[in-house]
Amino acid sequence: MEQLLQQIVNGISLGSIYALIALGYTMVYGIIKLINFAHCDIYMIGAYVGYVCMAKLGLGFVPSLLVSMLVCTLLGVAIEKIAYKPLRNATRIAALITAIGVSLFLEYTTMFFATANVRTYPPMTGFMAKTFKLGDVVISAQQILIAIITIILMVLLQLIVKKTRIGKAMRAVSLDKDAAELMGINVDSTISFTFALGSALAGAAGILVGVYYNSINPLMGVLPGLKAFVAAVFGGIGIIPGAMLGGYVIGIVEVFVAGLGYSMYRDAVVFAILILILIVRPAGLLGKNTREKV
Amino acid sequence: MLEVRNLHVHFGVIHALKGISLTVNDGEIVTLIGANGAGKTTTLRTISGLKKPTGGEIILDGVDITNTSAQERVKMGISHVPEGRRVFSNMTVLENLELGAYLRKDKEGIAKDLKKVFDLFPVLADRRKQLAGTLSGGEQQMLAIGRALMSRPKILLLDEPSMGLAPLLVQEIFNIIKDVNSNGTTVLLVEQNARMALQIAHRAYVIETGRIVLAGPGAELMESEEIKKAYLGG
Repeated sequence: MEQLLQQIVNGISLGSIYALIALGYTMVYGIIKLINFAHCDIYMIGAYVGYVCMAKLGLGFVPSLLVSMLVCTLLGVAIEKIAYKPLRNATRIAALITAIGVSLFLEYTTMFFATANVRTYPPMTGFMAKTFKLGDVVISAQQILIAIITIILMVLLQLIVKKTRIGKAMRAVSLDKDAAELMGINVDSTISFTFALGSALAGAAGILVGVYYNSINPLMGVLPGLKAFVAAVFGGIGIIPGAMLGGYVIGIVEVFVAGLGYSMYRDAVVFAILILILIVRPAGLLGKNTREKV
Repeated sequence: MLEVRNLHVHFGVIHALKGISLTVNDGEIVTLIGANGAGKTTTLRTISGLKKPTGGEIILDGVDITNTSAQERVKMGISHVPEGRRVFSNMTVLENLELGAYLRKDKEGIAKDLKKVFDLFPVLADRRKQLAGTLSGGEQQMLAIGRALMSRPKILLLDEPSMGLAPLLVQEIFNIIKDVNSNGTTVLLVEQNARMALQIAHRAYVIETGRIVLAGPGAELMESEEIKKAYLGG
């Protein structure tokens, strides 16, 4: 039983990271139907920015988190403007290939400047180094931090999307670009805003991973990126609560598979889930094959 | 109010509009009728800024708006109800209407106009919390018109409002268009249902493969032998 609870605790931490990344995939897909492969590298950059802030500049965790989110926001918007916007009316495959190009560009540019070596975050001190015991279940302060920050960010995101003017514009553009334009919505700036939001979340995920797992490298985004993408598809791509749910499910499944002693197969299991979902529910768990009335 | 001069539009190599000119005066209902593929929808989409013309001018209240964005045109008072209604299906009726007033800042004015729309379409008031995608075709058309009115337009562009609706509903929608017009909104109406359109229009244009071939008062065109044969079924 303790074992089970412990795995759930660990799974929620990992799942939070996946969920944060998956949200960026799903929002961008929802609005321009592009799988932004560079998204996982924005997460990686977030981890590096966090590293520079904490290890080199000696900033605390919260300021580092904010800087990291800000830098990633700017990066995400810049990528959209430079790489994707000129392709707005091109074929989807052209945009997809460009996304892969941007991804490689970010990975190897980072490698050029930061070298391919693994970097380690400074050891946590004070509250951040604490662990708590509930019976035999061990919860670290970092895990609590990850869970809380993720929840805060998700609540904020939901508020922005549901309640604000720009959030309504985002939903309108993702439902029908032409009609949104006829409402007077600036489609381009709405798309930029979507990239900004998704990238900020990826930046947060990056620094959280740095703090949690300690080590980062320029290719660290690839596998979590793919898994977060699986999470987004699992929940129903384009659907925000779907990405959250998918992230947690994938995180927990992965931790359980590892916990049962099949650590070698944990990635395989995640991708097997993807295949299964695509066969059984192609629209994802929360997705609907909506039929529109004529 | 609105003047279109020698408008040309291309889709790749296809020359869809070959020099359309038309005028809509203040307070009028003007209809543009014609067969499928004649260029009716393209004309409206170009006027509202969704499609860029390859030649010609669009003038609104004396101002050349040919090179402005769709967004600016909404601000200047053009509101377009697109073909197929295009309501935001996963959003509520109320959210759809609020989006219609997206560029407006006057909260009181918006509330007032919302009330007006609900007076005009009581069914929308009953269903304000319902997702737009779950409405019937007629209700979606009402929502699309209501949404367009929320920007408080000077001129309303309507594209095939009768499409896919039962005859009784078609009558209702046309009555509403007349109402909207008599409340001071100028209307440019595109229709395949030529008979209905000519009945309520002050003036009409007939478009054929990208050209205006006939123009005149609605009632007059209704009597024209040519029109009777081609568009009114004999």
